[in-house]
Amino acid sequence: MSRIEPRNLHLTQISPEAPAVEVRDLTKRFRKGKRIRRFGPRIMNTVLDRVTFTVERGECIAILGQNGSGKSTLVRLLSTLLINDGGSAHVFGFDVFTEPRNVRRLVNRVSVEASFFKKMSANENLSYAARFYGMRSEETKRAIPEILDRVGFPNARLNDSMEHLSRGMQQKVALARALLTSPVLLLLDEPTTGLDPRSKLEVQEFIAKVRFEHDATVILCTHDMNEAEKLADRIGILDEGVLLVLEPAEDLKRRYEADTLEAAFFAATGKSLEEDEAEVDDD
Amino acid sequence: MKGPASTLRAELIGLYGVVERNVYLTRRYWVWEFAFFIWTIANTLTIVFIAKGVEASGVSIDVNRQATILLVGGVIWSYLGIIFEILTETVAWERWEGTIEYTFMAPLSRIVHLGGMGVFAIIYGVVRSALLFGVVAFFFNLTMPNADFLAALFVLAVASISFMGLGMMTAVLPLISPEKGAQLGFIAQGMLLVVSGIYYPVSVLPEPMQWLAKISPATYALEGIRDAILEGRGVSQMWGEIVPLFIIGIITIPLGMAIFDRGERYAKQHGKLKRSG
Repeated sequence: MSRIEPRNLHLTQISPEAPAVEVRDLTKRFRKGKRIRRFGPRIMNTVLDRVTFTVERGECIAILGQNGSGKSTLVRLLSTLLINDGGSAHVFGFDVFTEPRNVRRLVNRVSVEASFFKKMSANENLSYAARFYGMRSEETKRAIPEILDRVGFPNARLNDSMEHLSRGMQQKVALARALLTSPVLLLLDEPTTGLDPRSKLEVQEFIAKVRFEHDATVILCTHDMNEAEKLADRIGILDEGVLLVLEPAEDLKRRYEADTLEAAFFAATGKSLEEDEAEVDDD
Repeated sequence: MKGPASTLRAELIGLYGVVERNVYLTRRYWVWEFAFFIWTIANTLTIVFIAKGVEASGVSIDVNRQATILLVGGVIWSYLGIIFEILTETVAWERWEGTIEYTFMAPLSRIVHLGGMGVFAIIYGVVRSALLFGVVAFFFNLTMPNADFLAALFVLAVASISFMGLGMMTAVLPLISPEKGAQLGFIAQGMLLVVSGIYYPVSVLPEPMQWLAKISPATYALEGIRDAILEGRGVSQMWGEIVPLFIIGIITIPLGMAIFDRGERYAKQHGKLKRSG
């Protein structure tokens, strides 16, 4: 498939020097419970604590962390769905918090839960998403079957309502939705959690393929060590909102004198990812 | 960035997308839509029967006229309900399905997003209200020899600008309170109609409520539509209703947008866009 420009934004208008993602001291706090005293200060929970990292163009980084470590909050901040409490974030040179519309043209996302209008078909859901990025009917009629075919979704089921599709199929449609708009930054928030082994493998293979064919930059938040090692150039460990480290898997193992990524994660955080693997991330 | 023409084109495609999605959903839920329509007919019949009831109690009234007055009230009540419900669904339904984050991270301006919901609400509302009016008028065998239905439709169209603005204000409520926000929209609808003379003349209201009636677009919509249907007044004879409706519309749309924008910022600050439930 040929390289497609992001909708409504010329790639030439993106600063050529800017990295794909540049995050500096990014901080996010949420209210935690009620005030201790009436009119007293609220207790705040720091979900992301001065997170700093840079992602180069075309790079894929994986962020590992337990439930509640701040992975999803990071993805939501970069998706312009949250407002920061400190620090900054830039996507291809655009400020995420003051230029959100420019950022939105460059970014798309797949989350752990494939959220759709369940009564609508895959075709209708994808058309709806595509219109928001300026795609006309003539374009979507051609592009939707093509992209669904690429993710391995059977065209015969194009008009079945989403509620009649398996979880794996729904996640493939979610991937197709993200790629339909030709994002240059793809945010993947546990895209394979809860999938059967075969669907998981298919989705992982597709992510790897898309990254090279599509020349996209990828931030992958995951519980799955193998997935991270297989797909990412660098691996970060996020623990209680603090990014402890972000480096290639081999460097990470060397730093913590570990044979495996699991052992390195345990050495870095004192926790195991297996403990909460079955849970759904809700940080 | 691309030029303004390209941006405008993308925004219009986005607006079309919102309308198209609502058409898909209406088609998929057509049985429910039909059931709600039956409920609305039953509700309106109950109200219009009051005219027959008053006559039966021995009071001498023009039943045809009173029934038409009540019918217009019932239809406007139903129309306003559709506008508020669909605009409130901008957030409520997407939140329930879990799609809200995908919609809110798309590069479509919020005014166009809400505008698309409003355009669908008006088209759908007009079709359903016209059907409701026809069915109930046929049931009671009401005659409207002087009616200027085009003028009535024009008043409704102008009033819809204000209704959309008010709907935008209520649309934000599910963002602030995911659990109860949608219900608060019904309260706003009820408050608006109690002061607007839906089933009684505004003159019977206490003085402070009459002042509120002056700033309610529903008051002018009801007066204008009743005049067009009962007296046959044309558009050129209804500037007294149309001008206030325009002014209220010009105020409520930007006000509605500003309130929605503030609510959206609040939701993004406190993480309330995320699906719950």
